[in-house]
Amino acid sequence: MAHFTKATSLHDWLNQRLGIDTVRRVMATEYWIPKNINFLWAMGMVLAITFGLLLISGIFLLMYYQPNVATAFDSVNYTIMQEVGYGWLWRHIHGVAASVVFLIIYIHMFTGIYYGSYKKGREMIWLSGMLLFVAFSAEAFSGYMLPWGQMSYWAGMVITNLFAGGSLHADGLVEWIRGDYVPAQAFLNRFFMLHVLLIPLAILGLIGLHFGALRIPHVNNQDGEEIDFEAEAAKYKAGDKANSKVIAFVNDFMSKDMMVVGIYLIFFFYLVFYHYDFAMDPVNFDPANGLKTPAHIYPEWYFLWSYEILRPFSTDVGLIAFAFAQVIFFALPFLDKSPNAVPASRRGLFKFWFWAMLIDMIILTAMGKVPPEGLFSTIGLYAALTFIGLWIALPFITKFEKKV
Amino acid sequence: MKELFILAVVTVFTLLTYYLVEPFAHSQMHKHVESEGFAYKDLPALTKKGDAARGKDLVMGAGACAGCHGIEVEGMPAPMDPVTAAQSYGVNPPDLSNAGAVFDPKFLAALIKNPAHALMVEHKFDANKGQMHPMTSFYGAGGDLDQEVADMVAYLQSIAPKAEELTPKMAFETACGRCHAIHYPYVKDGEAHPAWTQIGEKPTFKKKQDALAFETKVLDYQDALTKYMGTLPPDLSMYIRSRGEHYIKTFVENPQNYLKGTAMPRVGVSAESAEKIIEHLEDVGDSKRHMREEIGKNVMIYIIIFAIFAILWKKEVWKELH
Repeated sequence: MAHFTKATSLHDWLNQRLGIDTVRRVMATEYWIPKNINFLWAMGMVLAITFGLLLISGIFLLMYYQPNVATAFDSVNYTIMQEVGYGWLWRHIHGVAASVVFLIIYIHMFTGIYYGSYKKGREMIWLSGMLLFVAFSAEAFSGYMLPWGQMSYWAGMVITNLFAGGSLHADGLVEWIRGDYVPAQAFLNRFFMLHVLLIPLAILGLIGLHFGALRIPHVNNQDGEEIDFEAEAAKYKAGDKANSKVIAFVNDFMSKDMMVVGIYLIFFFYLVFYHYDFAMDPVNFDPANGLKTPAHIYPEWYFLWSYEILRPFSTDVGLIAFAFAQVIFFALPFLDKSPNAVPASRRGLFKFWFWAMLIDMIILTAMGKVPPEGLFSTIGLYAALTFIGLWIALPFITKFEKKV
Repeated sequence: MKELFILAVVTVFTLLTYYLVEPFAHSQMHKHVESEGFAYKDLPALTKKGDAARGKDLVMGAGACAGCHGIEVEGMPAPMDPVTAAQSYGVNPPDLSNAGAVFDPKFLAALIKNPAHALMVEHKFDANKGQMHPMTSFYGAGGDLDQEVADMVAYLQSIAPKAEELTPKMAFETACGRCHAIHYPYVKDGEAHPAWTQIGEKPTFKKKQDALAFETKVLDYQDALTKYMGTLPPDLSMYIRSRGEHYIKTFVENPQNYLKGTAMPRVGVSAESAEKIIEHLEDVGDSKRHMREEIGKNVMIYIIIFAIFAILWKKEVWKELH
């Protein structure tokens, strides 16, 4: 057993038992981050803050939400929105944050792709990040079911139908997922459980893994420079902060993070109070009605690109393309054969690959929402083929990339 | 500088995506209908100046309005209870006390002369095929038809409350409330209002038997209404969020704009009444809008101050890092 002495202060008392000084040093004051970074490196903190907003607003909503097909809609739109003090505020924060969190996730992902932050020992950061993306997607989908409006119901119908596997006709699997022939009480209850317990638990665990995965390879920097963290840290600790290439997580990096967070929150709360409609589809303010299919069924904007990869093809081909789109980003570190972990601008053909992928996904996103008719179908088809083609081309164009 | 450039790139792609999935996609999915400002241009203008006293005689006498309509302000209750009326006519004929304030005068005149035409339901009620609108046309009491109709409109306007006395709730009840329920109670100016059914406000009952008896009446009324309209007209509790102001206004102005062949009639409200109906829908479906604006302002001020302090802190910390 360790030796304990009479504590001289509360700090000392805690330090003897929890080693708080060591924790602080390891996690904060001597956790080294490269100095050569821009505001895109703050997206992790922006995501953490947004997740915090989702968690806290979600806890308040959970106190009044009723997971029952007869009362769910009114518990959201009447009880929470009109009866409970500030219930409307929690709901608008929750709804807007659920949408904005995906904007930040996409910025965070494309930052990683642009700067090559998934290579040379950083593969686990990328993979754990992709697992987080999947978990957030499941969380967003299950949450969307809960108000039990028209779009909840019909999106639930369409997405669970995908599990029939087209020609496989695995209708038994679909019924097993729904707990009924159509989305009904069992369906709502299980998605409620997933949304408020199982998936949030998974997200918390994955966030831990994602942070842990950063520790050994360290955070990348703006120029893909390989930094000798020990030597630079020694310089910093010796007092030569100006010439050291690293900074401490707290306060140096944190102060920059909080500056970005502050500006981000202005944007976020502007949306919450003055422009919340984009995140809360009007169609979902009609109560669920299994006998009345809405004229247009579309997912929230962040799922549109993968939805559009499903749509232009025949059922079976579409499902295969859709499955491909869901998993292919996981393979990025292994399909990129180039040893260069530098910004895309210095990587020859990959530079064009990056911008083509970004623009193609924006086109897919737009075409995923408009009605699949005429010119839109054609554009959607070519954009989906381009998406698949870009991934097939990736190993070839990166294999012949010149070493920088 | 480089950071500002990166921010500009991120912002441009974000706004482009937003534009494509919101304004652009919605313009492709939904037909855009411009409002005519409730001018009812297809209906003839009133050319005669009406006389309220003569109008009263016509409404009570030759017009035979009171045979079906109540006029509460004149001490005349409806001839039938709402359920029996709906079973007889399809829908309960409105009490005329507020009609002169809620409906456009041009529309009222056209309605008296030819209800199916004014209501834009001629596809449903074609006299040549023997499909008669439950409200009969007024063919005149022997004098100048236009003068007589103008007199009747003048009478309805003379008994109606003044524009400032007409509350949003009254406008809704007269124009929409006999077909559409609003099952959300609401509070306005400290006063609590119960849920609205097609046969009136839902009272609170001490005994369950009474509550069930009322519920049965509502269901009987809804059955008659469903038969008349083809489907039960929707509950409007959340319509301000699910449809929005522009859609509701242009739909009410001319339902055929969006749903060709719909059984919903043009109800002929004036522009001012339409505003009041919207206000009522906001009162029940978006009752916290004033609070949202108020708190929004304060939160924005707070967050801007927070951001300024965050920027200052960063500058302070990074002074010795550069």
